[in-house]
Amino acid sequence: MSSVRVLVGTKKGAFILAADAKREQWEVSGPHFAGWEMYHLKGSPADPNRIYASHTSGWFGQIIQRSDDGGKTWSIPGGKQARAPGEFPNGASNMFVYEGEVGTHKWYDGTQHPWEFKRIWHLEPSLTDPDTVFAGAEDAGMFKTTDGGGTWRELPGLRAAKGSLWQPGAGGMCLHTIVLDPSNAQRIYAAISAAGAFRTDDGGATWKPINRGLKSAYELPDPNADVGHCVHRIAMHRSRPGVLFMQKHWDVMRSDNAGDMWYEVSGNLPTDFGFPIDVHAHEPETIYVVPIKSDSEHFPPDGKLQVWRSRTGGNEWEPLTKGLPQEHCYVNVLRDAMAVDSLDSCGIYFGTTGGQVYVSADSGDSWKAIVHDLPSVYSVEVQTLP
Amino acid sequence: MIRVVLPFHLRTIARAEGELSLAVEDPVTIGAVLDAVESAHPALRGTIRDHVTQKRRPFVRFYACREDLSLEPADTRLPDAVVAGTEPFLIVGAMAGG
Repeated sequence: MSSVRVLVGTKKGAFILAADAKREQWEVSGPHFAGWEMYHLKGSPADPNRIYASHTSGWFGQIIQRSDDGGKTWSIPGGKQARAPGEFPNGASNMFVYEGEVGTHKWYDGTQHPWEFKRIWHLEPSLTDPDTVFAGAEDAGMFKTTDGGGTWRELPGLRAAKGSLWQPGAGGMCLHTIVLDPSNAQRIYAAISAAGAFRTDDGGATWKPINRGLKSAYELPDPNADVGHCVHRIAMHRSRPGVLFMQKHWDVMRSDNAGDMWYEVSGNLPTDFGFPIDVHAHEPETIYVVPIKSDSEHFPPDGKLQVWRSRTGGNEWEPLTKGLPQEHCYVNVLRDAMAVDSLDSCGIYFGTTGGQVYVSADSGDSWKAIVHDLPSVYSVEVQTLP
Repeated sequence: MIRVVLPFHLRTIARAEGELSLAVEDPVTIGAVLDAVESAHPALRGTIRDHVTQKRRPFVRFYACREDLSLEPADTRLPDAVVAGTEPFLIVGAMAGG
């Protein structure tokens, strides 16, 4: 019988939530890495028992953890002791070093500021190789491992895409979204706050901004600028890799040509500010967002937590409220904290900064909390297991 | 043997219980002790000092014999009591909270 495993990263550790296909009874394990900030955990599509986790701290820096048994045990890929006499172990799985001249990007005050590695926000395992993973960093850059996390190399061509003009958003200058094209291994999308969306068509060697159609009237001196837009999240359906959906700082956007041009599909949303966006596993025109009141007030309008669903690929939206708190709710849902499973009745999941993880086993029609009181949730991923 | 006390979070990363006990050849300096810590526990590379520059991470402090050695150069010799193993070398996460 199929089952699901939900990987939850929080401000104070990681949790793994498991259930059968009914998604009614849940086993909760954790905290794993208690006390550490867990920005993201994600399993390999090619080997579901292989899970990577970004484990970080303002005190002690970045650590990459790996599990080969579905999250039961973990190890640091580069953490083995030296074997040969005189060999100095390099601990390289924790080592993220920008390639070449580090260069500068724009700082909050408009001056230039050198790139400084802070943490990994997002891990995106290859669709076909469990040992290959892409990692999105703050300060924004993309790294890649091909040895299961043992060593990481930057893909510096991304920062060559007008990196000197990128600037940090309120959460830092983070590469938070990596989307792999299932039909073309050479095509990868990335999104950065506050630089915009980017695409490579040669496996990461060269990148170009794909921000035409985005408008940031209150954030940029030139609202139609090539880079500098605060993209919060991009989502794609596997069956239509050229169609992208975006939650921008303000505005929900759509592209039908792999990001070459975007147009707005916010429609009747109560507010088009928000963080996550995701696509139904079996209906490529069904998308989900969580409207948030504003960039100054990071909570749902009127204290009512609502997921909004469009079955028309945008513009026409309906609120989904059954089972969600409809008063006194002032949590946020962060950009990496929504996921969908691929069971026949598609499950939707999201986590809140208040420590709840919600599940809907019926495509969003009704919701219930799997857990109520975790630390603030940074990320939610789900694995559908055979 | 040189005794080294790690902060809680680095003990969990190193999977170490209690103090570390490490052989360090003379001269026993701050840098030599950190080399020994990282050699015994490679997962700690990058958590105490930067991978490339070898500079101490800003929120990590070094104490020994009631002295703050955080700002001393890496080739600073540690006190005799640390070399003799009667006092530990303390690696500490900077205090934060409220």
